Amino acid sequence: MTNPKPKAKPAKPGRKFARALLLCLAVFALLGAGDPATRFNEIGHQMMCICGCNQILLECNHVGCPDSDGMRNELMAAVSRGDSDSLVEQSFVQKYGPTVLAAPTTKGFDRAAYILPFAALIFGFGLVVMIVLSWKNRPAPAIAGGLRPVRGAELEQFRDQAGKDTDL
Amino acid sequence: MAEIGSFALRLALALSVYSFLAGIVALVFQKQAALPGSQPHSRAGVAASEGNSFVALLRQGSESLGETARRAGVATFAAVFLAAFVLVVCAFQDNFSIAYIFHHSNRDLPAPYKFAVLWSGQEGSLLFWSLLLAAYGFVLRLRYKTDPRLFAYASVVLAGVQIFFLSLLEFAANPFGILEGALRPDGSGLNPLLQYPEMVIHPPMLYLGYVGFTVPFAFALGALIMKYPGEKWIHITRRWTMVTWAFLTCGVFLGAHWAYSVLGWGGYWGWDPVENASLMPWLTGTAFLHSVMMQEKRGMLKMWNMWLVFATFWLAILGTFLTRSGIISSVHAFAQSSIGSWFAWFLAITFTVFVFFFFKNKEHLASEHKLESLISRESSFLFNNLLFVLLCFTVLWGTWFPKISELVQGNKVTVGGPFYNRVAIPVALLLLILTAVGPLLAWRKTSLESLKRNFLWPTVGALAVAIFLMITPQSWGSPFGLKPWQDISYFYSLMAIALSVLVTLTVASEFYRGGRVISKHTGQGMFASMVQLTHRNTRRYGGYIVHFGVVVVIIGFAGSAFNQDKEQEMANGDKLTIGSYTLICRSYTDDDAPNYASEWALLDVYKGGKQIDTMTPVRRFYKASQQTSTMPDIRSTLNEDLYLVFEGLNPDNGHPIIKAHLNALVMWIWLGVWIILGGTVLALVPNAPAPVRAAVPARLGQPEAAPVATGD
Repeated sequence: MTNPKPKAKPAKPGRKFARALLLCLAVFALLGAGDPATRFNEIGHQMMCICGCNQILLECNHVGCPDSDGMRNELMAAVSRGDSDSLVEQSFVQKYGPTVLAAPTTKGFDRAAYILPFAALIFGFGLVVMIVLSWKNRPAPAIAGGLRPVRGAELEQFRDQAGKDTDL
Repeated sequence: MAEIGSFALRLALALSVYSFLAGIVALVFQKQAALPGSQPHSRAGVAASEGNSFVALLRQGSESLGETARRAGVATFAAVFLAAFVLVVCAFQDNFSIAYIFHHSNRDLPAPYKFAVLWSGQEGSLLFWSLLLAAYGFVLRLRYKTDPRLFAYASVVLAGVQIFFLSLLEFAANPFGILEGALRPDGSGLNPLLQYPEMVIHPPMLYLGYVGFTVPFAFALGALIMKYPGEKWIHITRRWTMVTWAFLTCGVFLGAHWAYSVLGWGGYWGWDPVENASLMPWLTGTAFLHSVMMQEKRGMLKMWNMWLVFATFWLAILGTFLTRSGIISSVHAFAQSSIGSWFAWFLAITFTVFVFFFFKNKEHLASEHKLESLISRESSFLFNNLLFVLLCFTVLWGTWFPKISELVQGNKVTVGGPFYNRVAIPVALLLLILTAVGPLLAWRKTSLESLKRNFLWPTVGALAVAIFLMITPQSWGSPFGLKPWQDISYFYSLMAIALSVLVTLTVASEFYRGGRVISKHTGQGMFASMVQLTHRNTRRYGGYIVHFGVVVVIIGFAGSAFNQDKEQEMANGDKLTIGSYTLICRSYTDDDAPNYASEWALLDVYKGGKQIDTMTPVRRFYKASQQTSTMPDIRSTLNEDLYLVFEGLNPDNGHPIIKAHLNALVMWIWLGVWIILGGTVLALVPNAPAPVRAAVPARLGQPEAAPVATGD
C-alpha cells in the first residue's frame, strides 16, 4: 500500500508573482545572448589591444595598428565557431598573456580585486552603524548652571514647534 | 638667460630654507615666551623684573624673526616667478641651448603652446608646481593678519613643502640644464597630443587643484602642532579647500574633455592611472567639504577631518609620484623619470611627521560625540564620508592592483574600465541616493513624518521618469526605451537617471519651501524670494546647486550605455549611416602647414534627408616630433555627439577610413561642470547680513519670536 501523496500547499500569490518575475528576467537576460554580433561586441569590450595603446580592443582606433585587426578577426572567428566566452578568453590569455583581459578574472588571487572593495563597503557600513548607535546611546552631557536638559517628549514638542514656525 | 633662471631657483631655495628654519625658531621662542610663568601681566610688570624683560625681549626677537621668515616666504614667490618667466622667455626665443626647451619646443610651434612649454615636460611642470605653491604661499602670507600665529605655522609647513620641490629642481630635474655639443637649429617639438587649446589651461587648473591642497594641509598640521583652540582654523581651511576643489574639479573635467577631443577613441575617461591619480584627492577633498560641516556645527569628527585633509594632500603628491616614477604604466605619463624615489621619500616623511604630531596631540582633538537619531544629517554625513572614502579606496586599489598582482602571482593583470564599472558604479549610485536624502534630513533628528512629507513627491517623480524611460519607444527618436534587464549598463543608466531626478526634485523642493517661507513673510515673488534665500545662506544653497550640477554630469555619464560606433572606408560619394545621421564623403585631401602636414576628409551630414552640417575630421603629422595625431570633428547637441575620426588612409587605394561615434548625452557632462563651478563660486560669496525675522506667535512659554536660522 502506498501512502497517499501529501497534497502540495498552494503557493502564495506573492511567491507566484516572484517566480514569474524571476522567469521573465531570466528570459529577457538570455534574449540576444546567442547573437554573434552582440557576443563579439561584449567580449571585444572585455579585452585590451596589446599594441601598447592601452585601449579596449574594439576601441583601438589607429590605422596600421599591428595587433588589433588580427585580434578582432580571431575574436570574430571564435564567436562564429560558437566557442564559449570562457574558451575565447582562455585562448586569448594563452596567446597574448593575462594583460589582454581588460579586468581581472574572478579566479584565484584576481578575485581579491573584486572582493576587497565590497568587503570594505560591508565592513565600513557596519562600522558606521556601530559608531552611530554608540554615539546615540551616550548619556547627554550635563549642562552647567543647574539647567535641566530638554529630552524626550518635551524636546519633540519644541522640535515640532520649530518646524512649524520655520516651515523648513 | 639660463644662468638667471638657475640663480633665481637657487635664491628661491635659500629663501625657502630661511623661511622654514627662521619660522620654526620664531615659533619655538614664541611658545617659550607664552609659557605660564613667563607671561608678563602688564608692560609695567615687564619693566619691573629682569626675568620678565628677558621674556619680552625673547618675544620681541621671535616676532621680528617670524616677520623675516614671512617676508622670505613672500620673496620666494618673486624668485620662483622670475625663474618661470625666464623659462617662458627662453621658449619664445627658441633658445635650444637649454635642453628642456630643445626637447619640448620647436621654431614653428604656435605662441600659446610655447607658453605651455612651461608645464609640458617634467622639469618645467615641477617648476610650475613650485610657482603655484609659492603663489598660494604669497597669498597666505599676505593675509597673515587673519590669525598671525596660525598663519605662521601654516607658512612654515608650506615652506617645508616648497623646499622639497625647489630641491628637486636644483638637484634632480633642473629646467635650465644646458645641452652639450653643437647648438641645434630646431627643437624636437611638443608632444602632438599636447598641441590642443585645452592643454594651455588644463594643466594649470589641475595643478592649482593639486598644489592648493597643500594649503588646507598646512593649516591642519599647523593647528595640530599648536593645539589650536576652537574651530576657526576649519573656517579658514574650508574656503581654501573650496577654491582648490573648484580648480581640481575644473582640471579633472578639462582633462576628460581633452581626452575626448584629442585622443580620438570616442570616450572621455579611460580609468588610466594618471586619471585615477587626479580623482583620488578629489574624492577625499569632497568628503572633507562635507564632514567639515559636522565639526563646524556639532564639534564632531575633529580627528577624522584632520586625516581627510592629510589624505587629500598626500594623495595629490601620490598622484605625481605615480605619474613621474613610471611604477605604474600609463598612456598619460608624459614625463617619466627617476625622480620617483624623491617623491617616495617625501611621502614617507610627510606621513611620519603627520602621524607623529597626530599621536602627540590627539587629545586636543577629542570631542564629545552625541547623536540623537540614526535618521539625522549627522548620520548621512558619516555614510557620505564612508562612500567617498570607499570610492577613493576602490580607485587606489584598482590602480595598484596590477603591481600587487605582479608581486603576489608573478604576472601583471589589466585593471580597466570593466573592473571599475563593476565595482565603482554601485558605490557611486549609493552616493547618489545619499545626495538625494542627506540634505533633507535635519540636524540631530528627523521625524518619519517629515521624511514622508519631504520625499513623497520627489520619489513619485523619480519613479515616473524611470517608468517613462522604460516605456518610451526608440522610434520616438529617444535613445532610451531602456530595458534594464537586457544589459547591466542599461540598469545602471536607468538607476542613475532616476536617482538624478530624485536629487533634482529634492533640491528644487528645498528652494521652493525656503522661498515660500520668505515670500510669505516679505510678500515678494517666489523667484525673488528664492534669490534672497540663496543670498542669505550661500553655502547651503550653493551646495545644492553643486549637487544639481553633479546630477547633470551623472546623466551625461549614464548616456554612455547608448553609444554606437561604426568604421568605414569612404571614397568620394560613399555613405555611412549611424543612428539618425547619414554621412556622405564629398572630398578628401591633404594640406601642409609650417608645424604639421594634415590629411582630412570633407563629409556632409544629413538628418531626416536634410543636410545639417559639413564635418572635417583631420589627421596631422607633426614634422618636428615625427608623430601623428588625430583631430576628431565633433558635432554636439543636447541629445548626442556625432564624433568623427579620420583614422588614416587605406594603403591599397588611398581612401580615407572614417570612424563615426554617436555618443549620447555627452554635452550634459560639460554643462554639469559649469553648474558645479557656478555653485561653488556662489558658496564662496558671503551671506547677506540680515536674518529673516519671523513674526511667530508666542507658544510654549516663549515670550518672543526668534530669528530663523537655516543650517548648512
